[in-house]
Amino acid sequence: MDMAVEAGIIKQHLIDPEICIRCNTCEATCPVNAITHDDNNYVVRADVCNGCMACISPCPTGSIDNWRTMPLVRAYSIEEQLTWESLPAELSPEELEAAGVSAEAAGDAAADVPAQTQAQAAVDSVEPVFNSAQYGATVPPWSAAHAYTNLFPPKSPTTATVVGNFNCTEAGFDSETHHIVLDFGVVPFPVLEGQSIGIVPPGVDAIGKRHHARQYSVASPRNGERPGYNNVSLTVKRVTEDHQGQPVRGLCSNYVCDLKVGDTVQVVGPFGSSFLMPNHPRSHIVMICTGTGSAPMRAMTEWRRRLRKSGKFEGGKLMLFFGARTQQELPYFGPLQSLPKDFIDINLAFSRTPGQPKRYVQDLMRERAADLAALLKDGASHFYVCGLKSMEEGVVLALRDVAKEAGLDWDTVGAALKREGRLHLETY
Amino acid sequence: MSTINYSEKIPNNVNLGEDRTLQRALEGWQPNFINWWDDVGPEGSTNHEVYLRTAVSVDPQGWAQFGHVKMRDYRWGIFLNPGDANREIHFGDHKGEKAWQDVPGEHRANLRRIIVTQGDTEPASVEQQRHLGLTAPSMYDLRNLFQINVEEGRHLWAMVYLLHKHFGRDGREEAEALLQRTSGDVDNPRILGAFNEKTPDWLAFFMFTYFTDRDGKFQLAALAESAFDPLARTTKFMLTEEAHHMFVGESGVSRVLARTAQVMNELKTDDAQKVRAAGAIDLGTIQRYLNFHYSVTIDLFGADQSSNAAIFYSSGLKGRYEEGKRTDDHVLKGQTYKVLEVKDGQLVEKDVPMLNALNEVLRDDFIKDSVAGVGRWNKVLEKAGIPTRLTVPHKAFNRQIGALAGIKMSPEGRVVNEVEWAAKKNEWLPSAEDFAFVASLMGRVVEPGKFAGWISPPVMGINRQPVDFEYVRFG
Repeated sequence: MDMAVEAGIIKQHLIDPEICIRCNTCEATCPVNAITHDDNNYVVRADVCNGCMACISPCPTGSIDNWRTMPLVRAYSIEEQLTWESLPAELSPEELEAAGVSAEAAGDAAADVPAQTQAQAAVDSVEPVFNSAQYGATVPPWSAAHAYTNLFPPKSPTTATVVGNFNCTEAGFDSETHHIVLDFGVVPFPVLEGQSIGIVPPGVDAIGKRHHARQYSVASPRNGERPGYNNVSLTVKRVTEDHQGQPVRGLCSNYVCDLKVGDTVQVVGPFGSSFLMPNHPRSHIVMICTGTGSAPMRAMTEWRRRLRKSGKFEGGKLMLFFGARTQQELPYFGPLQSLPKDFIDINLAFSRTPGQPKRYVQDLMRERAADLAALLKDGASHFYVCGLKSMEEGVVLALRDVAKEAGLDWDTVGAALKREGRLHLETY
Repeated sequence: MSTINYSEKIPNNVNLGEDRTLQRALEGWQPNFINWWDDVGPEGSTNHEVYLRTAVSVDPQGWAQFGHVKMRDYRWGIFLNPGDANREIHFGDHKGEKAWQDVPGEHRANLRRIIVTQGDTEPASVEQQRHLGLTAPSMYDLRNLFQINVEEGRHLWAMVYLLHKHFGRDGREEAEALLQRTSGDVDNPRILGAFNEKTPDWLAFFMFTYFTDRDGKFQLAALAESAFDPLARTTKFMLTEEAHHMFVGESGVSRVLARTAQVMNELKTDDAQKVRAAGAIDLGTIQRYLNFHYSVTIDLFGADQSSNAAIFYSSGLKGRYEEGKRTDDHVLKGQTYKVLEVKDGQLVEKDVPMLNALNEVLRDDFIKDSVAGVGRWNKVLEKAGIPTRLTVPHKAFNRQIGALAGIKMSPEGRVVNEVEWAAKKNEWLPSAEDFAFVASLMGRVVEPGKFAGWISPPVMGINRQPVDFEYVRFG
């Protein structure tokens, strides 16, 4: 970097006038007012642009993503750029040499990681913004069972009967999570682990319209909460505040948590055709969740437990990373503790245990990097993420870093996980 | 997905969760919106997963999130650009006063009218484009069509939010009515003429997105100057999305021209019939489509003299394009502007008070911008060595609104009589035969990386994806 500055080289940010449609988005987006225009062209001021890249993704054309290695003294002026009809070619090594810039220095400028000094931004090497969602698969694993969806669309719900409703949070604790069991009787309602159903709360809203269905992941395995019965279970947290901590009473969660055995509810669904578990017996499942995001994880774990009991499994690993503010807020904490260690590898993270440092699921994942790396190398591994939106990026970044530290190319691994339906993100 | 807090179903940066009444009202409007989408939205697309850009926030990282989404599951959100608590009104009679966070009573009716008129255009274009998915020239183009459709839907949300939040019961009724009018409906049409025209084929679609969405850019830019701060902030964010729509139009026509030029060079001909026989669109037809869409679009700016325009400006409701960058007094009293009229069979200019001519000012800004883009189209022909050049017709050509309405005029700006108009009409505007020919080319090509014979592939894919990327997965 020092050498590059001494040599007076910049990576100059330019806009391709042949592709640019003059929509003004870049100028409106640029946080440092580096972009300006006249009736002819949109141009970038080399001495103002700091290479922050804020203008790159909003540009609909891609014309903004052009960079030229230039001797600082020969940087293209605004006036010059305003007259362009096409972008000038990159200066050749000979031309750079003639301008007193050695090939080595030019290479350093290009390779320079965020040169913070204005007009010295070596932007080619600045990483694009990390977008965790792009790695989420939209296809199910190859060995997943076929999922039925929308058997009961929102316009024609079916009815289920409540056959169980338990508060699975520690008694006396003010945050309540309920485990609800719904029975469909003889109505066909086949569901797979990872799918969700919708509950339609009764009544109408302020302007007299029926309420919409609220979706909940199924917490029971495919053959029912009670094996052999046509029933499903849900994990529902009573909502008493919004994401910002403001008091608000969740319409549907309170309705569901207050249901009594024998009550009937209107149900729509099932929904979801990609967040499904693999069936082949040597597949590994890594489950990462927070709070009620544990519902599909419970369903998958329970299905594996039943299969194992019947001797139908061949060593596919189960690994769970489960986060909550405190132990008391972890749904299914008791039953989880009683699962055999050789069946599931459980990692719990608590972010608000008094006297303890905050720990999040991604911290635990980094601690278990060696095991996760081995799983990332294995094409039979599947990763499931469910819970609060805020966890998603941290979790995928942790996976990426684990892969990188293990010498894996994340672009290849991440793309394969997505393509092969092996990384599923379900956050809210 | 375990539990959905329904307030998140309407992603927003306006603290919707804190206003329960508003939230309930919008949640009540939402199913009607979905019904409208199901009834008149993109045809046959319910199970497609489309590589869409979805805004999750207004910052550069948040608003351009790409991924495959079922269009019906697209999360139409409410986004306002960040506000500046000290923002001042910078034009009109209230110049220097603090921008309004609420609607002043005396401007309520006018503001509502402005917002409803803008809002009415958004679902209209979805309706106009309903059938185009069935004749897409490529998977890439199909994706672009759907991107535009979902964003027009989101722009409707943006206006509906303002109506619900700031206009009480009237606002809610107007929001309902936005879903009841339908483009081209004889009994209950959309408010503006251009939005009741058909978009029968993809050339028309590209012309529409080039010209008519560019009108959107200018109207939104003028509203982004408004003293009513929520309107200014909403439209600012809409402008970022509108850019993609204009891109689809500009690059679409460019690609049609590139293909036509290629065929002309291969066949070494400028004979329209030979070009047509080779499956490309001849330059004459492209020019006639241009003439039509340009003239219909410039009507959207309204009458050349308008007391409403003066009131909107003086009262701070709607500024000029790039008001903040202009160096005059931003009050405009006592100034004049030249508008056209026909006198003794000749077009003449006359001076009128600037405030009354503000529609014309905005129209002229649009014209300058449009002409520059047509220049960029001509570069495509120039590069290919084709001597023909496209031109925009005279401002007075084929006008239906204002002092020039109904005057028969050649594209060069010569007043003509009925006989000449009747004789030349099909040289100047697309004829039934032109429409039939273009329609005959509209077959469906949706294999990744394949393109219909009348259009070239784009220079680059969306979000730096390859051109043969699977932009749409058919369910």
